[in-house]
Amino acid sequence: MQLYLPIAEVSVNAFLILGLGGIVGFLSGMFGVGGGFLITPLLFFIGVPPAVAVATGANQVVASSISGVLAQLRRKGVDFAMGGVLLGGGVVGSALGVWVFGIMTRLGQIDLFVQLSYVIFLGLIGAMMFQESLRSLLRARKPGGAPIRRAHVHSWVHGLPFKMKFRASGLYISVIPPALIGAAVGFLSAIMGVGGGFILVPAMIYLLGMPTKVVIGTSLFQIIFVTSFTTVAHAVNSQTVDMMLALLLILGGVVGAQLGTRVGVRLKAEQLRILLSLLVLTVSIRIAVDLLVRPSELYSVAGVLP
Amino acid sequence: MIRALALLMLLALPATAQEVIVAGMSQNRVSITADFDGSEILIYGAVKRDAPAPEGGPLEVIVTVEGPSTPVAVRRKDRVAGIWVNNASVRVDSAPSFYAVATTGPLDHILSDIDNLRYGITVERVIRAIGIAEEADQAGEFVLALLRVRTNEGRYRVLEGKVELTEETLFRSDVVLPANLTEGEYKVRLFLLRDKRVIASQERVIGVRKEGLERFVFNLSREQPLVYGLLSLVLAALAGWGASAAFRLIRV
Repeated sequence: MQLYLPIAEVSVNAFLILGLGGIVGFLSGMFGVGGGFLITPLLFFIGVPPAVAVATGANQVVASSISGVLAQLRRKGVDFAMGGVLLGGGVVGSALGVWVFGIMTRLGQIDLFVQLSYVIFLGLIGAMMFQESLRSLLRARKPGGAPIRRAHVHSWVHGLPFKMKFRASGLYISVIPPALIGAAVGFLSAIMGVGGGFILVPAMIYLLGMPTKVVIGTSLFQIIFVTSFTTVAHAVNSQTVDMMLALLLILGGVVGAQLGTRVGVRLKAEQLRILLSLLVLTVSIRIAVDLLVRPSELYSVAGVLP
Repeated sequence: MIRALALLMLLALPATAQEVIVAGMSQNRVSITADFDGSEILIYGAVKRDAPAPEGGPLEVIVTVEGPSTPVAVRRKDRVAGIWVNNASVRVDSAPSFYAVATTGPLDHILSDIDNLRYGITVERVIRAIGIAEEADQAGEFVLALLRVRTNEGRYRVLEGKVELTEETLFRSDVVLPANLTEGEYKVRLFLLRDKRVIASQERVIGVRKEGLERFVFNLSREQPLVYGLLSLVLAALAGWGASAAFRLIRV
């Protein structure tokens, strides 16, 4: 069934989009990630203009994060104070990102900018995750078990001013690091059309030292609001949110996510992390290849304002 | 007095032009609805004569369909520091979003360069690129690239021999409009030619508009972007919440 997308102004197969949403939803449910980093590049590949893909990807992440946070709320896995601080930074970062996005579009470098962001961030995070999970997989095989990790490691982070109590996380730290992390993730959300969970989660665990049980819920909480802000900012700024495309992706995605969650609980955490890191690396390499190989058509045509 | 003059002009017109086009189209509006997947338009007509067909070469017909024009940027990728990035760029003042030329025969056999220039018949003559030579070296390459890219996208088409002409009187042609249409007025022009010269022409307009839900969504996004953005969020929230609620019900 062909469907004409009113904002993207292309005709696509509705079942293809539903299926795409479903597959990404399945993976995101299995690995507990938003899936924005998969949706946006896949939309590029099927011919949706990059600006529309990024803005609509953000809208899709809102839906999948709401679906996820409801489950986390029931098991009290959300630190609202920490979420609020991250969010404050996130909104500032997102506004900055939307602004940069507009400038890059006018300069004709938005595709390159988005592609480079994908290659760099997905490549880095994927490589780090792969190395880390491979190490813990090998360690689990060895007799003697995992080494003891100390809950509180004092570092320079604890010397910063504006300290605040985060009860649910059991932390008493400065608000500067979480606000900065929030801002960085908000910026990436606006230019890559992702939620940023793949950066937020490791940052919360390793940089802020938050306990794992509140990490997923709190990151989802922050992601909902930052991607909501990003969606509205893109809608107002560049009119690139395609409601119909988003709705199809969401419908496919939520069904896929529920199925993915069930498969996910059957796999071991280390196996899941290795698979996820391989997936992230694959996307990163696929985009890098596009940048490195000589394109078959060197010229491109884009409409500009009179 | 004025009426009499108008009548006189009406009477005078057919006398100056010996052959006149009487044309029709299968539709003069195209609605882009949710299931829009391109559209085929039949353009047909007849040649009206008051006298027997004049001496000279055979009659030829050219039909052009032209979508709304916009300024475009043509960019060329170059290898910079090992990766392919958009480097040089040229601005073309006006290029049609869609252009089809259907003819009864090969263009260079039936149309002279002078009349092509005068009437702007082939797409090269429709694109306006004034002063681009100053913008980049080999600016001509950019215009050629624009033609090539849009031809590959199916936006620019040359359909030589796709106008059927019967008995030098009746003609018809099917023009396929692609699925990635832009909204606006599509100008249809019909030309009659003899000995490579245009002897009569006529213009029609096809209105291409988004309709129904497409129209509503598009208008809302342009006129009330804030409301549109918030509505997208509400839909996303409802879908996200609804799906998790539905699955919990199934599980119980």
